[in-house]
Amino acid sequence: MSKREDDRCGRKLKTEAEVCMNPDSSVIAAFKVFQQELDTKHDKHERLVKISRDVTIESKRTIFLLHRVTSVPDVEEILTEADVKLDAVRQKIGQIAEELKGEDLHQFHRAFTPGIQEYVEAVSFHHFIRHRTLISLEEINARLVFMRENKGEGEVACVLTFQITPTDYLLGVADLTGELMRMCISSVGNGDIDTPFQLSGFLRQIHDGFSYIGNTGPYEVSKKLHTLRQSLGKVEDACYTLRVRGSEIPKHMLVDVFTSRAATHLDPDEPMV
Amino acid sequence: MSVTEMFSYIQGFLSADQDIREDIRKVVQVLEQTAREILTVLQSVHQPSGFKDIPSKCLKARELFCTVRNHTGELKTKFPVEQYYRYHEHWRFVLQRLAFLAAFVVYLESESLVTREDVAEILGIEVNREKGFHLDVEDYLAGVLILASELSRLAVNSVTAGDYVRPLRISNFINELDYGFRLLNLKNDPLRKRYDGLKYDLKKIEEVVYDLSIRGLAKELEAGGDK
Repeated sequence: MSKREDDRCGRKLKTEAEVCMNPDSSVIAAFKVFQQELDTKHDKHERLVKISRDVTIESKRTIFLLHRVTSVPDVEEILTEADVKLDAVRQKIGQIAEELKGEDLHQFHRAFTPGIQEYVEAVSFHHFIRHRTLISLEEINARLVFMRENKGEGEVACVLTFQITPTDYLLGVADLTGELMRMCISSVGNGDIDTPFQLSGFLRQIHDGFSYIGNTGPYEVSKKLHTLRQSLGKVEDACYTLRVRGSEIPKHMLVDVFTSRAATHLDPDEPMV
Repeated sequence: MSVTEMFSYIQGFLSADQDIREDIRKVVQVLEQTAREILTVLQSVHQPSGFKDIPSKCLKARELFCTVRNHTGELKTKFPVEQYYRYHEHWRFVLQRLAFLAAFVVYLESESLVTREDVAEILGIEVNREKGFHLDVEDYLAGVLILASELSRLAVNSVTAGDYVRPLRISNFINELDYGFRLLNLKNDPLRKRYDGLKYDLKKIEEVVYDLSIRGLAKELEAGGDK
């Protein structure tokens, strides 16, 4: 509103408006309550977004660390190191659980879902490298139980739990497939012939699972299904090349074959399954 | 647990979720229908003839709110109460409309701003999340903002109907609302977008008031009332 319009509204109105805008009016009093309520909510939301970002960063670092298993002799050492990192991430998730104490998880879900998905990705990657199986939702949730000592009187320790929603789990697993694809290609690069075949079998199982859920799942799942198909295609192609050419090409040259093949498959227009 | 088992467990969860949503959608549809009926009743106050029997219109609307209470009562039974925000988007819109309608009725009756407690009572729901199915504060505020634009329209139409004093009262009311909203630190969310529209409602009413005062119409009438 321009100033001119403000002026022409008439002086009489101004005084009237001032009268009813005394801070004691019930409307203003009510809005002061709303102000507090909204601020509290927004603050909590912001705090959760911040923690979620920390969770994402740490989880990503863990994934990078885990990718080194293809190039080092001592796998166990890396797994232990990753576990330490993941413990730190779990502490962060504990903070989320604390913020959500007594709240509706779904009210703030949007604030922390990216971090949680990344955590699922990291923890399932870790689990896969160690056990070659898919970690279940219960197994993940079982590790998200936190003990908190009440600082107040009584000293009663309370148990906080964080429940990852099946949707977040699903989306995390969908991201996991991308990591597995990367792992497959790099393990071929290191002359590991068995891992790609294991991986392609596992990826196919996951792919079948996602196809089973199909479009009934949330919108994001269908989006990730596309990427999953691409990853699966790359891994299947790699296995094919291994089988066909594996016998004729020396191991150190296979690397070159794969780097060039992987490059051609980055083409998004590639026809799907 | 094998991969297949895991996925069928999740599939089970997802389809249960879908079923709940389906149930909620059905109730919400009925609620929307009732909300439209109430709106139709209240819209007639904009008619020149409608200004005369505002009280009877309000009564009729109040009756329809009984039906609303039945539906909200039904809605509550469709999902676990602690998961309110999981399904919030399904009823968010209709609840905002209903909050507006309740606010409109209360304004027409007493020319005052309805409190959040009153809206909750009219709709048969709670104010606090802890107590169960409640009215989210943002939804209440969104409803109040719809009221503001409805009132700016009412100001125009009351002049047409020959009532020159009502726009002044509406103007005061909206000014106070605007002042109240300015106390809030809104984020860049839907409520903020709604609030951004308030200045246009304000402008429209101020233009009506300006037209009335420059022609001495408002004064004349007030002076007449004083005698």
